[in-house]
Amino acid sequence: MGLKRNVGLMEALRYQGKGPMLTYILHRIGGLGIVLFVALHILAGFLSNQAWGTSVGIYINTIYEHWLFQIFIFFCALFHAINGLRIVILDLWPKLIEYQREGIWLEWFVFIPIYGIALFVIIRAGLGG
Amino acid sequence: MRTKPRTAPQRGFHFDYLMWLFTRLSALAMYLLSITGIIAALLMSARQNMTVADLMRWSFMPNPNHVANTNIPDIEAWKGLFWQVIGILMLFFAGAHGLHGLLNILEDYISRTWLRNLLRGLVLLLWVVMSAIGIYVILTS
Repeated sequence: MGLKRNVGLMEALRYQGKGPMLTYILHRIGGLGIVLFVALHILAGFLSNQAWGTSVGIYINTIYEHWLFQIFIFFCALFHAINGLRIVILDLWPKLIEYQREGIWLEWFVFIPIYGIALFVIIRAGLGG
Repeated sequence: MRTKPRTAPQRGFHFDYLMWLFTRLSALAMYLLSITGIIAALLMSARQNMTVADLMRWSFMPNPNHVANTNIPDIEAWKGLFWQVIGILMLFFAGAHGLHGLLNILEDYISRTWLRNLLRGLVLLLWVVMSAIGIYVILTS
């Protein structure tokens, strides 16, 4: 069935899959965010050390050092790491798949406090406090 | 527009299965490398001289530039072959894991065979180029 699909991106986003679907879609968004950030960061690190590229490197630095970008990228990294650990555990020990809903609850219990504290710190620093 | 169905994947050990396994194992490897970085940093007086954000930057990529703006008095111990090897391993696992993931997402929404093959080539090229640049940065910083 999966091999014959012809589903557009918007149609996929409208699919009402509740909790597991939410983690699935956030995992994808988080992964894309990390790829974007790491690619920019490697490029900026390379360019800043070249005589011809220093100003471009520093300009790219200012993009991801902005506190709004940090809120986004920390969400991506933390969610992808925690959700990824859940996926690894469920996939490598398939008997635990029975408890995948509890796994998702546990994941949010870990994610929300850590992200909340980080959000507080990032916003306070961003507003110059 | 109707598109041709893809052929079903073969069973047993084949490239897609190996990459599926690699994605899981490289995630665990990145966790281990991060924990190595955190423990070593705490042993090298990070608790007194670094903020949590600095510690996290170091644990994602153990590069001496990530310690330069902290209160660590002497960053000699934060340089050297050991940390370069850890950094290159991290770059290898993260790059392969991330770009394979990017390809996975792209292929889910693209059904034209030629475009899929083109993207595979482009992502592979991107991986080689970014790895080369990243290793250069690690070895020269």
